[in-house]
Amino acid sequence: MKTLFDKIWDTHIVSKLESGSDVLYIDRHFIHEVTSPQAFAGLRQRGLPIFRKEKIIATADHNVPTLNQHLPISEKLSRHQVDTLIENCKLNDIELYGLGHPYQGIVHVIGPELGITRPGMTIVCGDSHTSTHGAFGCVAFGIGTSQIEQVMATQCLILNKPKTMRINIEGILQKDISAKDIILFIASTLTTSGGTGYFIEYAGSTVRALSMEARMTICNMSIEMGARGGIIAPDETTFKYIKGKPFAPKGAMYEQALDYWKTLYSEKDASFDKEYHFNAADIEPMLTYGTNPGMGIKISQTIPHVQEVNNPLELEKSLAYMGLKSGIPLVGLPINYVFIGSCTNSRIEDLRIVAEYVKDKQKAPNVQAMIVPGSKQVERQAKAEGLDKILEAAGFELREPGCSACLGMNEDKIPPGEYCLSTSNRNYEGRQGPGARTILGSPLTAAASAIAGKIVDIRTINS
Amino acid sequence: MEKFNTIQSSAVPLPIENMDTDQIIPARFLKATTREGFGDHLFRDWRYKADGSPNQDFILNNSVYKGEILVAGKNFGCGSSREHAVWAIYDYGFKVVISSFFADIFKSNALNNGLLPLVVSDDFLHLIFTEIEKDAATKILVDLKQQTVEIAHQQTVFEIDSYKKMCLLNGYDDIDYLLTLKDKIEQFEKEQVLF
Repeated sequence: MKTLFDKIWDTHIVSKLESGSDVLYIDRHFIHEVTSPQAFAGLRQRGLPIFRKEKIIATADHNVPTLNQHLPISEKLSRHQVDTLIENCKLNDIELYGLGHPYQGIVHVIGPELGITRPGMTIVCGDSHTSTHGAFGCVAFGIGTSQIEQVMATQCLILNKPKTMRINIEGILQKDISAKDIILFIASTLTTSGGTGYFIEYAGSTVRALSMEARMTICNMSIEMGARGGIIAPDETTFKYIKGKPFAPKGAMYEQALDYWKTLYSEKDASFDKEYHFNAADIEPMLTYGTNPGMGIKISQTIPHVQEVNNPLELEKSLAYMGLKSGIPLVGLPINYVFIGSCTNSRIEDLRIVAEYVKDKQKAPNVQAMIVPGSKQVERQAKAEGLDKILEAAGFELREPGCSACLGMNEDKIPPGEYCLSTSNRNYEGRQGPGARTILGSPLTAAASAIAGKIVDIRTINS
Repeated sequence: MEKFNTIQSSAVPLPIENMDTDQIIPARFLKATTREGFGDHLFRDWRYKADGSPNQDFILNNSVYKGEILVAGKNFGCGSSREHAVWAIYDYGFKVVISSFFADIFKSNALNNGLLPLVVSDDFLHLIFTEIEKDAATKILVDLKQQTVEIAHQQTVFEIDSYKKMCLLNGYDDIDYLLTLKDKIEQFEKEQVLF
């Protein structure tokens, strides 16, 4: 019997190669300014047109400033890259939600919030966090620029079908534990390569109880375990989220779509190549201490010793970079930077959680707290709810949408040697700027730590 | 894409596990709109100190080690999907990366650019590192047609997808093949009901 992933993958096979690879049809293709220019150039060189321009949606996010977006981009190379996207979209008649557009934002935030991302689809983007869209019960994964060109030319990719993995999480989460803690917990168990070669389905009562925003946070970080994608079976929560979104099917079409979407689940006796089981009650606020997202600990734990890990060399090197030591806890570590944003945690729900906590509080004087909404829609919603006022009163700087300090392509960088408690997805060396030391955590842990000026366990504060 | 057949070369050892694409090429160097010139920024923050001077401790700055083959630790190329990582490695002059495990997207990007991601066992990888340590000039012979890799008279067979092998040997890429399927693709579109 078929898994959810099999159902979608198999209905998108156009042809099979003798080698066993599949030619897979792609329903939606998101593009952005950083990984698309060479694909457009490649097509031009071959003299090929865009095959299905209506299936491509473009936005500018990776390389845009998060202040004064109404002004021309001051950094020359960034401006050129964004201008190249504008020109390529214009020449090829592709829908662009660029700077100044009411729909602009991080590509993995805008697809879902516009109702472009829907159950049963195959979705690709030249960005590894395309796995985010899997929260809607679609097969979504990141691709390289050569593959962007292939999809532009033929709407298809030649792929080997990944193996399937199911991660079951059962039970009720402790108070103040969020989706970010769940996925950092799973990553700390599976490690940064534990999902490589697999497509992960997240299932179980804990997942069923999560909002769409939370499900996106989980699927988003599937790639941090090496998995090409993550997927969650669509249910009433999904259908309710999609209904009424700008590009969602309407009227009779919606009803028809609903009938189909309801068939998208793994059959009872479907078999997976690998399966894991976790208990929600075991999950605490999670933090990373090292230089890959699998190097995480529960907030009550201490940084492991070399004898306790599989890769002692990597641990030593990571800790030297991070300026940390084995055997110490992270709680109490002074931090000067907090970044709340990225395709992992920049949605309205994240901003609400942060605003609710920091209301009538003041950030510590040593902390610079940057909060970057995932999209113009999120920004507008936050303002409509008065969250901007609350955040600003607490000393948090609400910026304009973009990928920002998650990858430090624009001006939003963390200085060398400084700790940043970040709600983003990667803590690699130099990820947030050369020499920057990233500690990944949930929006609530980030907010509470910004107020305290050091890392705190939210449970001891809220108890 | 350039054709790939056999390569005999000394190699550069980089025995670090979980080498992510942010290390291979940091995001701040992704601002170009062409594929050229990324080799200058390969392993940028490892190769150069903050003041821009070369870090003599890093292997690429050690003139003893050179060649068209990079030998890397397990889970090479994890993280971001940036194809710039592959362009940087290729532009620098490598034609093969040998490791015991590659991240998925990196592997597919490499194959799409004529860079061979060659998977060997942990033991054979260890053997390669040991032989290079003994003698930096040791040559590795990679024969794609035979799917063999040889160092110091020890040989092993490696796996590669038969379609991708054919592409590499002939210098074809996926678009060449996909364009021949246009009728099938259009037929698929006609029959598909998309919600």
